[in-house]
Amino acid sequence: MVLEKDLNLDATELRLGLPGSSEESLRISNKRALPNMNDDSGVAAAKKCDQETAPPTKAQVVGWPPIRSYRKNSLQTKKTEAETGGMYVKVSMDGAPYLRKIDLKVYKGYPELFKALEDMFKFKVGKYSEREGYNGSEFVPTYEDKDGDWMLVGDVPWEMFINACKRLRIVRGSEARGLGCVV
Amino acid sequence: MPKRLAYSLSDEVLEHVFSFIQSDKDRNVVSAVCKSWYEIERWCRRKIFVGNCYAVSPKMVIRRFPQVRSIELKGKPHFADFNLVPDGWGGYVLPWITEMAGAYPWLDEIRLKRMVVTDESLELIAKSFKDFKVLVLASCEGFSTDGLAAIAASCKNLRELDLRESEVDDSSVHWLSHFPETYTSMVSLNISCLGSGEVSFSALERLVSRCPNLRSLKLNRAVPLDKTANILRLAPQLVEFSTCTYSAELRSDVFSNLAGAFSNCKELRSLSGFWDVVPDYLPAIYSVCSRLTSLNLSYATIHSPDLIKLVSHCPSLQRLLVLDYIEDSGLEALASNCKDLQELRVFPSDPFDVEPNASLTEQGLVAVSLGCPKLQSVLYFCRRMSNAALVTIAQNCPNLTRFRLCIIEPNTADYLTGEPFDVGFGAIVEHCKDLIRLSLSGLLTDCVFEYIGKYAKKLEMLSVAFAGDSDLGLHHVLSGCESLRKLEIRDCPFGDKALLTNAAKLETMRSLLMSSCSVSLEACKLLSQKMPRLNVEVIDERGPPDSRPKNCTVDKLYIYRSVAGPRFDMPPFVWTKDEDLALRLSP
Repeated sequence: MVLEKDLNLDATELRLGLPGSSEESLRISNKRALPNMNDDSGVAAAKKCDQETAPPTKAQVVGWPPIRSYRKNSLQTKKTEAETGGMYVKVSMDGAPYLRKIDLKVYKGYPELFKALEDMFKFKVGKYSEREGYNGSEFVPTYEDKDGDWMLVGDVPWEMFINACKRLRIVRGSEARGLGCVV
Repeated sequence: MPKRLAYSLSDEVLEHVFSFIQSDKDRNVVSAVCKSWYEIERWCRRKIFVGNCYAVSPKMVIRRFPQVRSIELKGKPHFADFNLVPDGWGGYVLPWITEMAGAYPWLDEIRLKRMVVTDESLELIAKSFKDFKVLVLASCEGFSTDGLAAIAASCKNLRELDLRESEVDDSSVHWLSHFPETYTSMVSLNISCLGSGEVSFSALERLVSRCPNLRSLKLNRAVPLDKTANILRLAPQLVEFSTCTYSAELRSDVFSNLAGAFSNCKELRSLSGFWDVVPDYLPAIYSVCSRLTSLNLSYATIHSPDLIKLVSHCPSLQRLLVLDYIEDSGLEALASNCKDLQELRVFPSDPFDVEPNASLTEQGLVAVSLGCPKLQSVLYFCRRMSNAALVTIAQNCPNLTRFRLCIIEPNTADYLTGEPFDVGFGAIVEHCKDLIRLSLSGLLTDCVFEYIGKYAKKLEMLSVAFAGDSDLGLHHVLSGCESLRKLEIRDCPFGDKALLTNAAKLETMRSLLMSSCSVSLEACKLLSQKMPRLNVEVIDERGPPDSRPKNCTVDKLYIYRSVAGPRFDMPPFVWTKDEDLALRLSP
């Protein structure tokens, strides 16, 4: 029995654009959004986040990677068990060759979240002010909300944030500078 | 002169001398010395190993070796583990049990791997062998707890019941309770593959408490944490133990009970299981860590910081199985703490995700190769690699005997240079002269096979996927690797020429499996004709291979040597030659 969890939604999805491209146009909104978020890695990665609970975007090759059914079944059970309980989001950081997954439910507020991110990725979140965003730090935490927009973490009350946040990305401060304020 | 020497030693003396010779190879050599030694040896051979159950028939084994006590059989090819062999292919043990039931009443050990074992087979074992002691079913399937109940009820002297990684159907029978109250002989019990409904905890506790010789106990997932402490207190003499589910929150009473129970286990050397473990409970095992030689954390979601803490308590570790959550930093800690490490296996936590979810790269393996001089066996899943790293590893670990690298994305090149990994794997085979097992991955050309053919003279098993450019690749391996026994290949452009040129080589090997390669039906027919002692099986679920155009390649090809001739239990999707030397549909 092959564990087929892949429906390859990507290939069968109807959309505009040349085959093989996965670009989505950046939506315009009056929320404090960030520039340079429609580069390939961001959008493609965001697209993957859409399919967090759906099968991965790559077509799975039978028997590859070579993992025994016994182990695959254990991993599968674990994933379902883990993800029904918590609010898992992927966290990436510019320049880091890996992602982490965290459960937002575990943290009580922004300070705890930032501490966890700092430990995980070895950086420092700068001082936050509503007008200027984050100061004094090379890296800035951002998140993708339910509408697909990229926002600065800390803008909205915590409860609203954890319900809206689909994915986190820690970007270089230089990319986040020069943002418009919330109108 | 030699004749006189042979007659000067009586049969009894020779038999006594032979009893000290345990290895199959040596026994085979002894039996080839002369006719009388052959005769004496065959009557006193007690242990048989059959690496391919279709290579010989049970009747032939029984005819030559009439007094066997222990048998080990392997069925499906290794690629079956990865769903590359369709269900129903074969590997049935019942014909063997049926023959042995009559011929070997004193058989006391049966070890099976990748075979189909039915309840009927288990019931026959229980009924036929009065002094049955050891049953190992590794990666087997086809039986239920009914069959286990039969074994438990009848085998009064059972010492070992090991179901490692088998698939067992739950028939809702409380099979553990079928061990009578008078039964006390268990030494090794591995039921880690069983589901939650299949083990009655109270029956387990009673069993453990009345078996004073119990040394190895591997429980299944469903046994909760507080019960674990109970079990350990009942069996403080355990050497190997597999833990069960950890509960969600840390409770200090449960923790201290568990820690206390572990601290009683002075003989504990090997720990595994750890499903769903909560890192807060890990310190409960610290008291045994200094003595641990083997640790299997490959089902545990523990992250790098906790893993680093754990391995720093385990200086005697020889064997570690772990997920890629250990990350490069964890492997560096391993390299500095565990100088006796011989075996390392790192599995992917999220193998099907395109992006890495843990910071594990080639650097981790390089660190271990540098810090652990006794490293012999490696299985490593990662997402990037470089030739430089492979060369370093090869130079640091010339004593490697098993090297299996899986770069998760097929055809990935050296991330530093964009080159294929020919040079890197070439260094491995050149430096590691005792290498017996190798698995390749990443971007590879025919060059790597040239290196393998040239240097890997002791290589016995080779696994290849998505590699090579032409038949030359396969030809290098078949013509160069003198010790090759098992070769498994998938999705490589290897075809007819290499196979037919090296047909004779195939008879010196146990088996060759090729999946999605470029071998034509014509070549299969030709090979069949040329080599009567090879079984050439075409496995194709798409329909009769004859019905497709001539230049169409076969889906899968399984070639193995056999003295038993073609088998009679082939499913509809396996084709082979018949007496008329034409491929036909099997019955």
